[in-house]
Amino acid sequence: MAETINMPKLGFDMAEGTLVRWVKQVGENINKGDVLAEIETDKATVEVESPAGGVVLQLIVNQGDVVPVNAPIAVVGVAGEKVDAPLVESGKQKADVKSDEKPAPQPQGKTDSAPQALSTPQPPVSSLQSPEIKASPLAKKIARDNNINLAQLQGTGPGGRVVRKDVESALSGGQMSKVSSLQSPISSLPIVISHEDEVVQLTKLRQAIARRMTESKTSVPHFYVSHEYKMDAVMAMRKQINEYLPDNEKLSVNDFIVKAVALALREFPNLNATFAGDKVVRHGAVNVGVAVAVTGGLLTVVTKNTDQLPLRQISGDVKQKVARARDGKVKPDDIEGSTFSISNLGMYDVENFIAIVNPPEAAILAVGSAREVPVVDNGEIKAGWRMKATVSVDHRVSDGAEAAQFMQSLAKYLETPVLMLV
Amino acid sequence: MAKITMREAISQALMEEMDRDPAVFIMGEEVGVWGGTYAVTKGFYDKYGPDRVKDTPIAENAIIGAAIGAAMVGQRPVAELMTINFAFSAMDYIVNQAPKLHYMFGGQFTVPMVIRAVGGGGRQLGATHSQTPDAIFAHFPGLVVVSPGTPEDAKGLLKSAIRSNDPVLFIEHATMYQVRGEVPEGEHLIPIGKSKVQRVGKDLTIVTYCKGLELSMKAADELSKEGIEAEIVDLRTLRPLDMEPVLASFKKTNRAIVVEEGWKSYGVGSEIVSRIYEEAFDYVDAPIIRVAQKEVPLPYNRALEQAALPQAPDIIAAAKEVLR
Repeated sequence: MAETINMPKLGFDMAEGTLVRWVKQVGENINKGDVLAEIETDKATVEVESPAGGVVLQLIVNQGDVVPVNAPIAVVGVAGEKVDAPLVESGKQKADVKSDEKPAPQPQGKTDSAPQALSTPQPPVSSLQSPEIKASPLAKKIARDNNINLAQLQGTGPGGRVVRKDVESALSGGQMSKVSSLQSPISSLPIVISHEDEVVQLTKLRQAIARRMTESKTSVPHFYVSHEYKMDAVMAMRKQINEYLPDNEKLSVNDFIVKAVALALREFPNLNATFAGDKVVRHGAVNVGVAVAVTGGLLTVVTKNTDQLPLRQISGDVKQKVARARDGKVKPDDIEGSTFSISNLGMYDVENFIAIVNPPEAAILAVGSAREVPVVDNGEIKAGWRMKATVSVDHRVSDGAEAAQFMQSLAKYLETPVLMLV
Repeated sequence: MAKITMREAISQALMEEMDRDPAVFIMGEEVGVWGGTYAVTKGFYDKYGPDRVKDTPIAENAIIGAAIGAAMVGQRPVAELMTINFAFSAMDYIVNQAPKLHYMFGGQFTVPMVIRAVGGGGRQLGATHSQTPDAIFAHFPGLVVVSPGTPEDAKGLLKSAIRSNDPVLFIEHATMYQVRGEVPEGEHLIPIGKSKVQRVGKDLTIVTYCKGLELSMKAADELSKEGIEAEIVDLRTLRPLDMEPVLASFKKTNRAIVVEEGWKSYGVGSEIVSRIYEEAFDYVDAPIIRVAQKEVPLPYNRALEQAALPQAPDIIAAAKEVLR
């Protein structure tokens, strides 16, 4: 008996999804749990697994179509099985879906139907090879064969050219481990000298970011507290630990920050909270999110119960989720449920910056670069590692003094990192 | 195996072929009574007599023209050009007649002729006697161009050249006659048109031939001390060009330099680089660099001459550049 597969609902506020790519085609065998399609929601591109096994009998919607939640998208059954008439009919239904769907502002001068315009954003493969990325032909080929996004690699060849060893080290997890900080693909968009205005249709992700950030900055009263951390102990401990870890498991500075923040949040439950009208919900779990730049926007990947996990496990978890986010293969669970966020621009040689609270969280920590600077120690000028960070807090939930104490508590862990190990 | 000089290896090849086939004979300036400018044919005149070892007037067009005629009627002449620079005097015969006769007469004639020519600089012979114009000759379909870099290859390739039914330009380097190497005694044939890996490595490929091989081997030894293992592919034959070992090596190392003694522009290196880009583009991990002679007429002054010729340090620098 043929089984109809519907557009899944992947978040409580999801109303529709864009079918980005069919992974299986009509006539292909499919097992229960195999990936059938990739769909794009407000937040990310996710894989849809087939709830049934058999043969793909019919794909009801086209790639690029915007489909309401629970509308049929495909039929799986036994080879040769006749597809019921109503199901075939729903193919027409699809056309209605299309014409009903009149989303958002139409880009000027563009006559394509809107759903198509919406569907243009990144099926993961399309972002792999942008001509503007400086990479050797070999690096490009290896990246293409392995579905690696060159834009996210740091080239070590002359002039920053991405060469074979860069891609290979990314493949073995080397470079990917650096990704805990934001690396913006935007910087590698083509520089085209044109005197014409360019109209860029927002992706779903971009629309979501626009909506949520506007909501946050207009409805959440922010205040900010900055602190400078002595990072010498963390740098030394990291070096010591990494000597014993394989390349793909080395700890990043960010891993230490994530752990320290989680422990500090345990002491300041009011910052691990959500404002809810006439009350504040202090979350029982500390789930720290890390902002990750992806093509066309950013996502926050979440490590659940961060305070309970050892550093190495946090590091591995973040690495995995960041890699999935970059590949556009993120799972809903990777990005749901954070109670506090960290945005780290350390790898861009940023001294300090300020982030916008990521609702419904109450606070977010913006982290700059750890850098070796002259410091005064016992009246003498010496070299020392320093890192600046700024916490942005929802003033409805907390006040300056509490945030300052939180930042001090964070200093305790970062400056005596052995505390993170006990 | 005996270690003999390049001179002895070439001499052995000539003698063995003359002993084997009475149609083989030698002609050229000073090849007979004097024994050859580079003493390659010393003793031949006494052994084979004036009919098979012919001293000629100083007239290169006459030498090559006569050799072509002899070849067309069934002889196997080995014509010697005292230097390849004099080939320009016989250019019409070398590039316009010999390579095309078989084709233009619909296969009625073959031209089984070998032109032995001495090329290269480094002996302070001045700008007009020190050139490496190999690429010019390799440009013409129908003319086989061979240029060995070891005594073993010199012997094996010259014997094959003499037995070939196509006209072969066999280029020897003026500064390499004393280079020693192991050479099998007696019958030893190396097929024309086969490149050879002369040194195995993994970090980069050096494509070269003739004098460039000697320099590249030296450079590779230096690089090895720094942990860089260069693989050296010796072309040995410029036409027909065998790219297979070059491509196989490049697909392994993904980085290459090409070393030749001739000028860089429009040279052998340009050809090799183009072929790699055309046939192994997806394996290119860094721009391929050519190491070649400076673009000047080669100076007579020793210091300037050495500065204008490619040297081992140039190869080392280029290798490091492509590995950057």
